[in-house]
Amino acid sequence: MGEGAAATGSVVGGEADTAHRLATARGLLRRLEDRAAGPRPAAEPGADGRVLPVGAPLATLLPGGGLRRGTTVAVTGTVGATSLVLALLAEASDGGAWAGVIGRPDLGLVAAAEAGVALERLALVPYPGADLVAVTAALLDGLDLVVVAGRVLHSSDRARLAARARQRGAVLLPLGPWPGADLELTCEQGGWRGVGAGSGDVGRLRTRRVCVRLRGRGVAPAGRSARLLLPGVAGRLAVDVEGDASAVDRPIADREAG
Amino acid sequence: MTVPVRVLALWSPDWPVTAAARAAHLTPDRPAAVVVANRVLACSAVARAAGVRRGLRRREAQARCPELVVLARDADRDARMFEPVVEAVEELAPGVEVIRPGLLALPVQGPAGYFGGELAAAERLVDQVAGRAGVECQAGIAEGLFAAVLAARRGVAVAPGDTPAFLAPLEVEELDREPEVDRSELVGLLSRLGLRSLGAFGALAAGDVASRFGADAVLAHRLARGLDPRPPVRRWPPAELAVELELDPPVDRVDAAAFAARTLAQRLHGVLAAHGLSCTRLGVGARTTSGEELHRVWRCAEPLTPSGTADRVRWQLDSWLVRGGRGAVDRLQLVPEETVGAGALQLGLWGDVGEADERAGRALVRVQALLGPEAVVTAVLTGGREPAERVRLVPWGDDRDEAASRVPAASGGEAGRASGSPVREPPPPWPGRLPAPSPAVVPPDPLPADLCDAAGDPVHLATPDLLTAAPRTLAVDGGPPRDVHGWAGPWPVAQRWWAPDGMAGSRLQVLRADGAAFLLFARAGRWEVAGVYD
Repeated sequence: MGEGAAATGSVVGGEADTAHRLATARGLLRRLEDRAAGPRPAAEPGADGRVLPVGAPLATLLPGGGLRRGTTVAVTGTVGATSLVLALLAEASDGGAWAGVIGRPDLGLVAAAEAGVALERLALVPYPGADLVAVTAALLDGLDLVVVAGRVLHSSDRARLAARARQRGAVLLPLGPWPGADLELTCEQGGWRGVGAGSGDVGRLRTRRVCVRLRGRGVAPAGRSARLLLPGVAGRLAVDVEGDASAVDRPIADREAG
Repeated sequence: MTVPVRVLALWSPDWPVTAAARAAHLTPDRPAAVVVANRVLACSAVARAAGVRRGLRRREAQARCPELVVLARDADRDARMFEPVVEAVEELAPGVEVIRPGLLALPVQGPAGYFGGELAAAERLVDQVAGRAGVECQAGIAEGLFAAVLAARRGVAVAPGDTPAFLAPLEVEELDREPEVDRSELVGLLSRLGLRSLGAFGALAAGDVASRFGADAVLAHRLARGLDPRPPVRRWPPAELAVELELDPPVDRVDAAAFAARTLAQRLHGVLAAHGLSCTRLGVGARTTSGEELHRVWRCAEPLTPSGTADRVRWQLDSWLVRGGRGAVDRLQLVPEETVGAGALQLGLWGDVGEADERAGRALVRVQALLGPEAVVTAVLTGGREPAERVRLVPWGDDRDEAASRVPAASGGEAGRASGSPVREPPPPWPGRLPAPSPAVVPPDPLPADLCDAAGDPVHLATPDLLTAAPRTLAVDGGPPRDVHGWAGPWPVAQRWWAPDGMAGSRLQVLRADGAAFLLFARAGRWEVAGVYD
């Protein structure tokens, strides 16, 4: 761009010379900005390209196609949050990554296995008690994915844990609100299938349609959403084929207007 | 590229001669040599001064030094005589590994910190060996075992980071010094190619070495560059690789110990071969009749052969038994402390496999130190019908496989999580089991629930598979009643009716209008929440 302006400047002269000097000054400024940004890449989560895989339906939703190491991804929502966390763990856990769940004595482990989580690499600390922060920090040192639930933490503790995750290249997955998270996934109810509204329905709960919304860094301000089956057939995550597949990557506002 | 840890090697020169001369009560000033197959294997310093060299014919050695005492070789004796040296070192420093009789190594970091410096530690250890065992030895410090042994032969301490520079000017013949490894062909070939120093050999590209000289040369090449001889991919062998032998009657004689050692070594190698592994560090453990536990680690330059294993076990037992005062041995255990793939030198295709597991294990142990051993668990799926019943929680560090198959004693009444649930062998078909999806939330203690019909009256079971009325509202754990959108069931469950903790009741899936789905269980006329489909 700078060269283009310079070329026209040499031909036209006079007024264009001002434009040329402006372009040079802008170029210098940009280079300075680049240099100032230079030492930072290590702090930028996922900059080294290390991304933990997630199931294909979620990969299209998440920036980078998976869980970037070093990030904090909060999972919230009144329904489906637990299933969504298990779905996030599944692919990486199956590929050899270690996951830990802190503060969830009521986690359904059969559901975890059905979602595809390798139970032999899923460490559980059901009752961390007062040591919640210390336990989370310790697990972030050694595990790849750490789900933390339970009480709401102070902002200083949150910042400490997020920094620890960034430093160790782990992914922190708070289950519940976590102000300051890099990404926030919210599960919104779609509806169960298999159980009819009428009486005497002979089915059983089979699949649930949910709408997973994503907000945070690297995502358009309006957020993104995807329609998924969570759990899908046999407990695994799946794409909701009957739902609007093109809803992925489109701002929510557009979709709702359309 | 990992830098090996700094190792202190203690080397007693001419150990076969030293041991033989001590056994024969010869004074050190008599020239002596150990002769095998008519060739001199080792000679004492006095004999060397008279011109005796390793590899000379016996007659020629005697011609050069007429008063030479010719001794026979006895590997058992060498190992036995070396034991006091090892014990003397162990008094001061942990982690001693015997490489072969006459040579031992230990990580230098601990003693260096304790005695205030590596040189001070080496000096202290040499003094200790001389004082306690009456054996002269030389110490050497360098990065990695190979360099440390070479440093010990020269009696030098290589400064941190200088190991490649220390190795570079040495002759390639140094690669062929270990009696167990025959690299004469490689060394000869390298010399003919004009690569006469380790530095010149190390300067070759690793890929060229591998394609031209073969697997053993890759190892030698790593040694020459001052790297860890084995590729950094190592894994800790699982516990079941260890083999044990109960000795009944207890063994107190060396020949009986040798027999036991051979059978045990063969068993160990059978186990290792079945796993496609071979052992590079062997732990030998024994329990004496007086209840004392003895353990010693042997480290080997090459993966152990069955006979090599048997020899080491025999030497170790020999030294323990002959020293006496410890009683007979009634149990023998071999633990492969470090293994490599049986292909001996297979550079890791996927890099640092196993490192992540080890790192995770350390983190979990740290949490256990914080909260107690029961606080960190992993889950094992077992047989059962209820979501809670199908999970058994195993404290981290316990054997998962054992937990999966164990049948615990039925505990009384209270349907606690897995701990109170009866678990049987987990063959797949469990008729009446809830099909997938399973509830993502399973309360540790079932929550009370109130199921009411349109009139606000509680809904009960008319028969195990029939409700008294269509449910209209559901309130969970004392919460406000919410409209019911749909339900499925009830499905009767009756299991373990013969046991006091057996259960009979019905399951019901209830979907509320707000989207929450519950798994209810009717027990003795009351509904409780067994799971939430979150």
